[in-house]
Amino acid sequence: MATYEWTPRIKHAAIEKEAKTLPKEEVTSHPLKGIVVTEVKKTGKSQVQDGRPRTSSHPLDPLTSAMDGADPLSMFASQADPLSRMSTQTTTKEKSMPKDENNGLDETFEPWSVKKLSILTKHTTSEKLTITTSFLSAHEKDRVVIKAQSTVTDKVKNRLEQLDDFEEGSVQEMLDLSQQEYVNRIDELNQALIDAWDQDQRVKALKIAIQCSKLLSDTNVIQFYPSKFVLITDILDTFGKLVFERIRSKSNYIPVGSSMPIQLPENFTPEQVPDSAKETCRNWFFKIASIRELIPRFYVETAILKCYSFLDTSEYSAALCRLADMTRGMGDPLVGIYARCYLSRVGIAVAPNIRDHLMPCFNDFLACYSQLQSDHVQNTLAMQKVEMPRYLTLYCPALDWILQCIAHRASENTLQTILEKCKKLFNSALLLNSIMSAFKPEYIAFRAVQFTEQIRECEETGFPKHMLYCSLGGCLVLASPPEDQRLAVLNEVWKVVMKLKNPLDYITCAEVWIEYVAKHFSKREVNTILNDVIKHMTPDRAFEDYYPQLQSIVTKVLSHIHDFTLLFSLDKFLPFIDLFQKEIVKVEVCKSIMEAFVKYQAEATSDPVIINALMFICKTMHDSVNALTLDDEVRAIGGLICGFVRKISFGRDFEQQLSFYVEARANFSNLDAVLVELVECVNTLAVETRDVVKGKHSRKTASFVRACAAYCFITIPSLQSVLARLKLYLVSGQVALLNQCLSQGDAFLKAAISLIAEVPKTLDVDGKVRSTEPLMTSYICSLLSTLLAVPDNPDQGVLYLLRGLLNVLSDFPWDVNSSAKAVVYVNVLSLLCAVSQEDYVYHIDRVDANDSMYGSDPKFLGEVTKISATVLEEVFSHLKVLGEGQNFKKQAEAAIEVFNVMVAHGDLSKHQMFTLALNLWGLAQKHGQGDTKQMVRTLDYVKRKAISKDKEGKVFADLASKMHLQSRT
Amino acid sequence: MATLLDVRLKKVNKIYREGDVVAGLVVIQSKDSVQHQGITLTVEGNVGLQLSAKSVGLFEAFYNSLKPIQLLHYNLDIAKPGKLPSGKTEIPFEVPLKPKGNKTLYETYHGVFVNIQYTIKVDMKRSLLNKDLQKQLEFIVEYKEQEEKAKAKVVQFTISPETLQNVKEKVNVPRFKVKGKLDTAVCLITKPFTGELTVESSEAPLKSIELQLVRVETCGCAEGYAKDATEIQNIQIAEGDVCRGISIPIYMVFPRLFTCPTLATNNFKVEFEVNIVIVFQDDRLVTENFPIQLTRF
Repeated sequence: MATYEWTPRIKHAAIEKEAKTLPKEEVTSHPLKGIVVTEVKKTGKSQVQDGRPRTSSHPLDPLTSAMDGADPLSMFASQADPLSRMSTQTTTKEKSMPKDENNGLDETFEPWSVKKLSILTKHTTSEKLTITTSFLSAHEKDRVVIKAQSTVTDKVKNRLEQLDDFEEGSVQEMLDLSQQEYVNRIDELNQALIDAWDQDQRVKALKIAIQCSKLLSDTNVIQFYPSKFVLITDILDTFGKLVFERIRSKSNYIPVGSSMPIQLPENFTPEQVPDSAKETCRNWFFKIASIRELIPRFYVETAILKCYSFLDTSEYSAALCRLADMTRGMGDPLVGIYARCYLSRVGIAVAPNIRDHLMPCFNDFLACYSQLQSDHVQNTLAMQKVEMPRYLTLYCPALDWILQCIAHRASENTLQTILEKCKKLFNSALLLNSIMSAFKPEYIAFRAVQFTEQIRECEETGFPKHMLYCSLGGCLVLASPPEDQRLAVLNEVWKVVMKLKNPLDYITCAEVWIEYVAKHFSKREVNTILNDVIKHMTPDRAFEDYYPQLQSIVTKVLSHIHDFTLLFSLDKFLPFIDLFQKEIVKVEVCKSIMEAFVKYQAEATSDPVIINALMFICKTMHDSVNALTLDDEVRAIGGLICGFVRKISFGRDFEQQLSFYVEARANFSNLDAVLVELVECVNTLAVETRDVVKGKHSRKTASFVRACAAYCFITIPSLQSVLARLKLYLVSGQVALLNQCLSQGDAFLKAAISLIAEVPKTLDVDGKVRSTEPLMTSYICSLLSTLLAVPDNPDQGVLYLLRGLLNVLSDFPWDVNSSAKAVVYVNVLSLLCAVSQEDYVYHIDRVDANDSMYGSDPKFLGEVTKISATVLEEVFSHLKVLGEGQNFKKQAEAAIEVFNVMVAHGDLSKHQMFTLALNLWGLAQKHGQGDTKQMVRTLDYVKRKAISKDKEGKVFADLASKMHLQSRT
Repeated sequence: MATLLDVRLKKVNKIYREGDVVAGLVVIQSKDSVQHQGITLTVEGNVGLQLSAKSVGLFEAFYNSLKPIQLLHYNLDIAKPGKLPSGKTEIPFEVPLKPKGNKTLYETYHGVFVNIQYTIKVDMKRSLLNKDLQKQLEFIVEYKEQEEKAKAKVVQFTISPETLQNVKEKVNVPRFKVKGKLDTAVCLITKPFTGELTVESSEAPLKSIELQLVRVETCGCAEGYAKDATEIQNIQIAEGDVCRGISIPIYMVFPRLFTCPTLATNNFKVEFEVNIVIVFQDDRLVTENFPIQLTRF
């Protein structure tokens, strides 16, 4: 192959620039930012109850902050708090739960699904449980069958046994079930119910429902009762839904003015229901009314309460009141209150506007209150070894729910009446507690002092008083009490809390009340409380057991005190942090502090107190990172520390800023993200310095920017990621050149070039193997454009850096199947064209580039031509390789690329260049793989060039006439 | 596919009153055409009486079962012998509900010794080779509206050891006092049985309070009559040791078919009673009996 010579066209950069400027327009918003309306809805009570404000991700990255609102993570976090999300996951099974459940209920009403989960987690047992039913095929039996099939007689016997089991009425008791087994059994029952229903065995389904509800009359293992209630009422809900849906699906009605029967709409009226459906419905109620036992009769009827809507909507009210009365017959107070709870729960779901039954429910409970102290109860407790306080807390979920139903949208008068009733009735702590959790916090807060008095005076029935204080605290956090009561309340409460002996009781109270203090009082009070907590937690290293609570205290303080100068000036805050002695917890706490800082610290600070404290905190986080830490964790910590670094600014005191960066580097040397951030910060610092002196460095500033360059130069090699190093070398080199530090700039670029050789061929990005080639192509192009402005080092040869780069590139493991190599070399050609101009397209301010150094010296140009020839040869060889590898598409792409550069920058008046261009055009079309649209555009471009009348135009016209477009077909 | 014979009534609840017209369809479904020797429809109403073994002895009970009293009998041919086309054939029918002779139509009642039942029977006679087909359907008869209405009769009651009648040693009975009232002793069969009771005091812990609905059936026969009381249903109204001094509702729905308005005729009687049963934890029980009268209106 003959060697081609490359002749660049001489252009007039300035004139061309003029001609090419596009019209500009000023805009006010980011053009890439989508229109996003963010509405973060508070989930009301449910959110606050779990105590910890959610930790959403903060816009650490300036890029994401520009796109705020679209950050998918924070959006996800704001959707729902984790608890309710979890509960929705568990209830997806029942997603067809009656829609109108929310009818007339606003979001202040805590839905049952949320409550359910907390009950299940709270009321657990390690005791053995018993289940009595005839519908369970015990797993053990299956196993036995497999084992015992050895002989024929055994087989027969087994089958007979199985038949027996199947026979209805063969009620069996399963003893000694662990809680988990019990839950599994109940799940099985649920499944059995659904199966029976699906197999049209409705009587069996009803029997299962009855047997399930019968389990609720059994108060053995009393501490598990609330959970049992939840599990079993779930089954009953399923049953009720099945019955309702079946009747609904069976009943077609004929709408007015039509003759075609259609299915009942969602919100039908009783008039639309056909007689047959009413009859079926009545049959269900008749059947249920004849259930012998009280408790199953009550529960099953309540479960299918919704079916009354087929008969007459006014039935609801009567039925609810009747059922409420029915609960009086339940002797066991616990069974009774849960039955009422179920009633009000179903009631609020099917007919939220009917509330006549609620007050009687509550009154009945009050009337039966004495039962709680009865011999019967005492005996049971003694037998099951349950203490009174524990027993009383079992009432909470049900009572809370009933009161919540009463309190929903109730006036303050209702609270007043209930309070009075409660006072009359020995001022029961149990009741007070539920009242506080049920009524609107505003109402409670308004009477804060009255409540503290009532709590103080309430009888010691064994219901833990500290729980009352917790509930009160919870209310007061949500709603502020009147100004004049605030301190009185705090004093009254804290006096008692301080005296709590049990650290668990103490810390649960403190956890709640710290938020109240942080919200309404000054730092002095917060400090006092923190001090008190430390004092209580230190003996016997009690704090070790209560990390979650302590952690939540920190979060609560952080969510209310956003002034970090103030926060760190509390002399008990850091000692408080010192309580966290377990590494993992400590890091968690540090993270939450940093998150708060990054989120709330709006302005950069130079406060030494903050810097010291945060430096310490960040160091703790940094030191926790080791080889086993998860990537995400490392990323999070890195992000937080970066946030910290960014928020520190000493204003014009650049030297101090640099020394801060030096210190930061010393402290956070293990985190790539932070080091990258630091290098970038230092570069920014150098550029700022330049801005301050307006480009004219004094001796002092010059040495400062050199120091900055030096900082970068030593920091970069310690980075793990090759790509990050490459990027930073280039940026730092550019910054150094900008600051007229030529030798430093040279060193950076040299380092970058020699590093290219080390770039691995593939890279692991987010668990996927990616080729580095596209990255490298763009990087090299960017490096090339920098090189144009870099003057040659007089000690080295002409275009020393470029030669070095070419050397590295020739050894670079290019993929033979891609056009990347050709693209890079074509860009080198462009650079070489630019280098041969008399006056370069761009310059670095106050740095003379090669144009002024060589002044288009022919010797220099000759050197450039020589390099061009070599490069061109490389391009051709790659084109050939592509052709050999049958990669015609890539080949065409590369060829058209070269052609474009040639047309743009080459001097086509030279015959050799002209032929070459035509050949390339031909090559691009040779195998019919070229992008036709691009070819057409290219031809248009050439034709447009040909319009001008000068010599050049003629050449282009000539070229255009010889360019043939090959039609595909 | 075999031939299917079915009777359907127009009214879904199948409840009719004297004078009503029982209307419906006889449905024959078959893939092929059906050859038959005639289809007849019989509407019957019978009072079945049986003597209980307890009152008259086993043999007599077996042999002496009384002759059923026929209240209603209609026989009509709805299709002459012939051939029915394949597919679904629907033959409508209508029968006026009128008693036979000077009998009255009693309400449907399913008891132990007395049964009042109304049925529609369809027979399809077929040639020798094929079995005759038969389908039977029960329908329900209720009294038609009458002039006289039931008047509520409130019953107040107190149960304590003193009020017990058939206890020999009153010393053994634990002290207790239960007060209450029944809203009425003359009950509408369509309305639930209601009332309330309050356990004012009880020495021994309670286990349960139950309502027992009892039917008292009397059959007259040659040698006098036999009277038997049997339980229809038992409804628990209180479970466990209930709170003292709180009023517990008494509520019971009268089951359909198994109850009817109180009935007294020459040959038989059907009456009802309610027992309030108080069960103590040691399984001793105290019962208080209340005869009640059931009416339709």
